[in-house]
Amino acid sequence: MAQDPILEIRNLRIEAQEHVLVDDVSLTLRRGEVLGLIGESGAGKSTIALAAMGYARAGCRITGGEIRIDATDLRRIGVTGRQGYRGVRIAYVAQSAAASFNPAMRLVDQICESPLRHRQMTKAEAQARAVALLGRLGLPDPQALARKYPHEVSGGQLQRAMAAMAVIGRPDILVFDEPTTALDVTTQLEVLALIKKIIAEEHSAALYISHDLAVVSQLADRIMVLRGGKMVELGTCAQILTAPRECYTAALVAERDHSQPMMRPLPADPGPPVLRVQKVEAAYGRTRVLQGVTLDLHRGETFAVVGESGSGKSTLAKVLTGLLPPVAGRVALDGRPLPEGYRSRSAEELRRIQLIHQLPDMSLNPRQSIGKIVGRPAALRLGLKGAGLRSRVEELLALVGLPAAFADRQPPQLSGGQKQRVAIARALAAEPDILICDEPTSALDQLIADDILRLLVRLQDELGLSYLFITHDLGIVRRIAHRTLVLLQGQTVAVGPTAEVFAEPMHPYTRNLLVSVPQMKPGWLEAVMAEKTVHK
Amino acid sequence: MTRLRIPPTAIFGIIVLALFIGFALIGPWIVPYDPETTVGRTWSGPSAEFWLGTDNIGRDILSRVISGARTTIGLALVTTLLSFAIGVSLGIFAAVAGPRVDAFLSRVIDMFLSVPVLIMALIVLTALGSSIPTLILTIALLDSTRVYLVARAVAVDVATRDFVDVARLRGESLPWIMAHEILPNALPPLISEFGLRFCFNFLYVASLSFLGLGVQPPQADWGGMVRENGQAISFGILAPIWPALAIAIVTVAVNLIVDWLLSRNVRPSGASAEL
Repeated sequence: MAQDPILEIRNLRIEAQEHVLVDDVSLTLRRGEVLGLIGESGAGKSTIALAAMGYARAGCRITGGEIRIDATDLRRIGVTGRQGYRGVRIAYVAQSAAASFNPAMRLVDQICESPLRHRQMTKAEAQARAVALLGRLGLPDPQALARKYPHEVSGGQLQRAMAAMAVIGRPDILVFDEPTTALDVTTQLEVLALIKKIIAEEHSAALYISHDLAVVSQLADRIMVLRGGKMVELGTCAQILTAPRECYTAALVAERDHSQPMMRPLPADPGPPVLRVQKVEAAYGRTRVLQGVTLDLHRGETFAVVGESGSGKSTLAKVLTGLLPPVAGRVALDGRPLPEGYRSRSAEELRRIQLIHQLPDMSLNPRQSIGKIVGRPAALRLGLKGAGLRSRVEELLALVGLPAAFADRQPPQLSGGQKQRVAIARALAAEPDILICDEPTSALDQLIADDILRLLVRLQDELGLSYLFITHDLGIVRRIAHRTLVLLQGQTVAVGPTAEVFAEPMHPYTRNLLVSVPQMKPGWLEAVMAEKTVHK
Repeated sequence: MTRLRIPPTAIFGIIVLALFIGFALIGPWIVPYDPETTVGRTWSGPSAEFWLGTDNIGRDILSRVISGARTTIGLALVTTLLSFAIGVSLGIFAAVAGPRVDAFLSRVIDMFLSVPVLIMALIVLTALGSSIPTLILTIALLDSTRVYLVARAVAVDVATRDFVDVARLRGESLPWIMAHEILPNALPPLISEFGLRFCFNFLYVASLSFLGLGVQPPQADWGGMVRENGQAISFGILAPIWPALAIAIVTVAVNLIVDWLLSRNVRPSGASAEL
């Protein structure tokens, strides 16, 4: 490609109060090219993406470098000058469409805002183009959809509407900031394919940000790996995947590769089940969310419950913990029936089942010290006090791989992975038999998530715990679950040993879930989409 | 960490409030005259002897303003503390005790809210007679309904977080959950609200005294002082201006501080970076 770069960032430096968020990052982007930015959270990906539009979040300042679109440095042309570029030359698609749309405005009005403001089109032209774009993004009945409000459409549809919003002003550069991260695997696949199509059709250049190397590898021509605000490696997609130069990149690439099971096989006769769930039905008001779920959990076993959002898998966790009494069905612990609501359960029954949530930010009280969070169950249930309690807390922290000094810190001072370890330590403090893990790794970066999985497997070996593992990530299921149950709209579509559930012939829904898990193979996206159209 | 930047308006508020709180604390030792005895002519103007002049029965106004600081600010403070103790505990209780308790408490509170506070206070104080404890209890109870609304709204938000579920599943008692899980997380907005409610209660105490239902003479109190000297206005005498000015200055000072506290609680949003 001999063209001049359309976007050029040189020696970019962004600071927030005392620390440097982005340090000396340079990149170039040519017309028709897609550059993937990949890294863990805190690597500076989103900060760079916003800086490409000359924008810094509140509290951050761009303190050095140049951001050139064609030959103009966005840092030198003032706020009004920059606004003339945004939406016209460069546009942005955010991670959470649900949080980015104004809930009080119709979709079409929000999509048309930019071209009208920049006086690129008349209202009629803009609206016609908006509807046409929604159609091209594969949305059914775009005319009617455009008139809807954000809460009336699904997450995947909203993300597509946001893509339409970005593309409508025919910008030369599109910035995608994790546009599929908040979506289900199956929805993610469709949105990815459409984003790829729209980039090609509009002949724009794109910056594509993700923490998922497999996703980026399906779209990007070149990939830049970032860590801690610095560039680790920049190369073509193929080079990064097949011949990474840096160890960090190699670790990221290797992550998706090892799909061999991590868990220890179960004994041939596992004995009577610890937890027996029979024909459980649950509902919120009149809406049925679980319809007759039956499963047995044995000592030392990991039982995965898989499904998309809305399939009822988190509701199952609520029923088992007693937060949502079931409408029908029975749950038994060690053969004895378990009271339905948590209020009527004994202290002993409460102690034996513990829950680990998806978001440690929500499950740890930000105003309590780690020592109090982890120590409280031990103090309450086992009556520990003073030095005895302190040493138990240190023991628990050591068990989950955290230093004893963490006992005096508060959750906001910890990283996501460390917080999830604290949540696990708190669950273990009650000395439970059963841990219900509700997507414990889905909010974490790949490498960190993998550490947490290894920790859970190790704890299972050492303490003989049983896990009910709720997830949408089939990669995880294959690595840690002895048995798996697939839920679709509250109904069991498949259940059995993990290998059998994923063996041919598969239920079409299981198959759909499985093929939607992004892979790093070049051309995987096209292959899957082609296969899907054949099946339809 | 974040740098502490106090805007000049808030600094002004803090200085003024500190000055009056100083008066309230050490008032009895710095007053030039006994605030409750006649020391001069009726309504003499400001002079070297009486800096702010004398009141309707010849008492020194400066001494009375200084000693009134203790009654007026002290009453407002005790009332607000009591009203928060009641309002916050009920509000958090409603948020965690389940939908039925919440509905019941909220409807009862709504009933009280439908009557203007000043009118309700007038009725109660006329019926029961005015003494300092009745005054404190009446205003605190009526004001706690407003505090309840704020506390409940904040607590409902905190109660939906997973760590509250975790505490419930651990078998914690309701009071423990309220005190250890909800209250610490609800505190920042409640502290700003405290400043605001303090200001209102300060004005209630002053206006009830002005209407003759608050602090009873001869004890000095700013609202009462305005009433005692009210007729002086028609003779162009400054006497009622001084207590009125004290009320106005303290109210403005507290408001300046509250504005700053409220603005600190607002998280910086993306839009504030570049508009």
